[in-house]
Amino acid sequence: MIPEIGQFALTLALMTAVVQGILPIWGAARNNAVWMRSATPTAALQCILIAIAFGALMRSFVVSDFTVVNVVENSHSLKPMLFKVAGTWGSHEGSLLLWTLILAVFGAAVALLGQNIPTSLKARTLSVQAWISTGFLSFMLFTSNPFDRIFPAPLDGNDLNPLLQDVGLAMHPPLLYIGYVGFSIVFSFAVAALIEGRVDPAWARWVRPWTLAAWVALTGGIALGSWWAYYELGWGGWWFWDPVENVSFMPWLLGTALLHSAVVTEKRGAFKSWTILLAILTFSLSLLGTFIVRSGLLTSVHAFAVDPERGAYILGLLVLSIGGSLTLYAIRAPKMDPGGLFAPVSREGGLLINNLLLALATATVLFGTLYPLFLEAITGDKISVGPPFFNASFIPIMLPLVIVMGVGPFLSWKRADLPGVFDRLKWVIFITLISLLVVWYMQTKGPALAVLAMAIAVWLLLATLREWSLRIKLGQVSFSESRDRLRRVPRSSHGMTLAHAGLAVCIFGFVGSSAWKSEEVLFVEPGTQIEIAGFDVTFEGTERVQGPNYVAAVGVLRVMRNGRDVTVLRPERRTYPVAQSQTTEAAIRSTPAGDLYASITEPANEDATGKWTLRILYEPLVGLVWLGSLMLVLGGLTSLTDRRLRVGSPKRKTPVATAPIAGE
Amino acid sequence: MIRLFIILIFMATSAAAVEPDEILSDPALEFRARDISANLRCVVCQNEPIDTSNSGVARDLRLLVRERLVAGDTDEQVYDYMVSRYGDYVLFNPPWKSTTYALWLAPFVIALLGGFCVIMVFRRSNVGPEGVATLTADEEDIFADVTKRNTDGTTL
Repeated sequence: MIPEIGQFALTLALMTAVVQGILPIWGAARNNAVWMRSATPTAALQCILIAIAFGALMRSFVVSDFTVVNVVENSHSLKPMLFKVAGTWGSHEGSLLLWTLILAVFGAAVALLGQNIPTSLKARTLSVQAWISTGFLSFMLFTSNPFDRIFPAPLDGNDLNPLLQDVGLAMHPPLLYIGYVGFSIVFSFAVAALIEGRVDPAWARWVRPWTLAAWVALTGGIALGSWWAYYELGWGGWWFWDPVENVSFMPWLLGTALLHSAVVTEKRGAFKSWTILLAILTFSLSLLGTFIVRSGLLTSVHAFAVDPERGAYILGLLVLSIGGSLTLYAIRAPKMDPGGLFAPVSREGGLLINNLLLALATATVLFGTLYPLFLEAITGDKISVGPPFFNASFIPIMLPLVIVMGVGPFLSWKRADLPGVFDRLKWVIFITLISLLVVWYMQTKGPALAVLAMAIAVWLLLATLREWSLRIKLGQVSFSESRDRLRRVPRSSHGMTLAHAGLAVCIFGFVGSSAWKSEEVLFVEPGTQIEIAGFDVTFEGTERVQGPNYVAAVGVLRVMRNGRDVTVLRPERRTYPVAQSQTTEAAIRSTPAGDLYASITEPANEDATGKWTLRILYEPLVGLVWLGSLMLVLGGLTSLTDRRLRVGSPKRKTPVATAPIAGE
Repeated sequence: MIRLFIILIFMATSAAAVEPDEILSDPALEFRARDISANLRCVVCQNEPIDTSNSGVARDLRLLVRERLVAGDTDEQVYDYMVSRYGDYVLFNPPWKSTTYALWLAPFVIALLGGFCVIMVFRRSNVGPEGVATLTADEEDIFADVTKRNTDGTTL
């Protein structure tokens, strides 16, 4: 009964979406206020209906209703409750439903919160949002129904994969989806603005909080995914330029560009058509990301053809949404006036370089990810494009970007005084050069690029802090006045400082953990001693531990440094008897200086009985990868709480709200 | 996704990555072996190098790489040998050949195009030396005309 309610709610939601996709936008064209206002209740209703459907599916998972195919395939009665719940979005169908739910929640949020958005723009935006929703709901109902029943019902479910029973991984898709779908709102705003033929600073300001929210969620989602890979896969890596990673990284890169170009549109009225284009492309990449992962296209071109109905539908949706919006853009964009004038050396110029490099990086990643697919489809040749290609093409684009990032916030709008900027940065430049020499001296054997990247990160961090301290006049005026200024500086600029510093921290982590890691792999028996990165590690044996649904062999590693006890590491090798599989649970000792990382497995060589394969790594600075990511997220959130975005939302044609201290 | 899951399960059921008994006694040779295995794809896995993969095939390939190195092969010869057995698919670093020219050149072409666009934007948006856009020849004429008529005392 409950699944049928879900199915019914989903069908009603589709009908609501169709109405919402037609009536408000038609009303906007005919200037009919009642039709336009219908967008608000329909968006709210759609959200409620999809929430009911989602709740129905979740209930089926919670009670393990094995008459539903989706539950049979993706759950098991012995799974811990948290992972039963997470199973709701673990499958293709369930993840689509989650996607659509988030889409509807965002739509309803715009409908209910965006009271100061002009009626016509709001009506058009929500109609465009409903078109996306219609596409997804119909795709689900016609090809991927999550509520399909099975008869006779099996006694238990099929999926118990313990590797995926992890809190980090359970939370990873929802966060990614909030990111992807958040960009749908920006897309809808962009298409609505194109239809309306009007893009102005007020438009950019309405769009900005949604872009920020989406970006924050996507950043968190990606960071969580890499954290899971780091501690769960057992070899200490956190990024492999895997296509699945790349498809989530591309919307992030382009979304970052969008975030910055929207600032220019908001403050200076320039870059309008470019901002619109970025909004369209960012969401297009999100769509591509959703479908490409779900369709199996990445494994092989042939996997895509296994289910031609879904494949054709996906292709149709992509062509319609991306092609349609780009066509509309091609017609409307040339008519937009280019906006404010500026000199090459100016805040606008800096942000233009930022956008160029980010777009270039995105294009490179896109090309590298899709090239093997196209090549295989066209010529049948199979090639692999892996880390060597991405590192060689991505890093040279990113390093100049990070250098520009240090200077950018110092530049004034329209025309900047470059010598003046360098005068304010002279100490930063000096310290950066010193640190370059120090790192070089300490790591003569390491790769030269790592030394350079380290210095560039130092540059970014110091330049960012310098800009912040100048803004609050730290040291120039009394401390209490600085504190006062600190409070009056717009939150969005604190957010920027935090995020930029966060990226610098991330880079320390990227470089340290990939360039200077040390690793030992060896067979161990009780009593074996290992020395790594200045630690003396003794393997004392294993203990058997009974978990809720697994048995674990827990290795005991006594870690000493200079004859003193540091810690005991307990890496686990878990065996799940019901699922008949095993996982490694790495033991990690985290310090700001680096992580000592240990994992144990049974030797592949059968002669080595009674021994364990111990993998022990020291990854310098790796924790900074996630600390930096956290700073990026917090920076975004801080910016999101900016007064301007909360209350000072503008009405068209009114002067910009007065800010006591120049923002950004 | 289901394929990925299957591979993840597979990965979880066998041992992990490079094994102690594979490691060569010569550290220089072993260093090269690790470097090579990080760039070779485990042909049965989902986008994983043989260095971190747990499948049996990956282990065989790791041993093979080391065998070749001990026999005195250069890195280049080891890669060539692997390509002769498994094709270009085994290389994470795509080779430079007719089918991949487009791949390797793409970043440069996109960079050139992007750079060109940015230069155009700078030219169009440049505020000029006095902070105002300079007048075009036609506008200069109109301006001269207007000022002349003004000084002549004629009304506009």
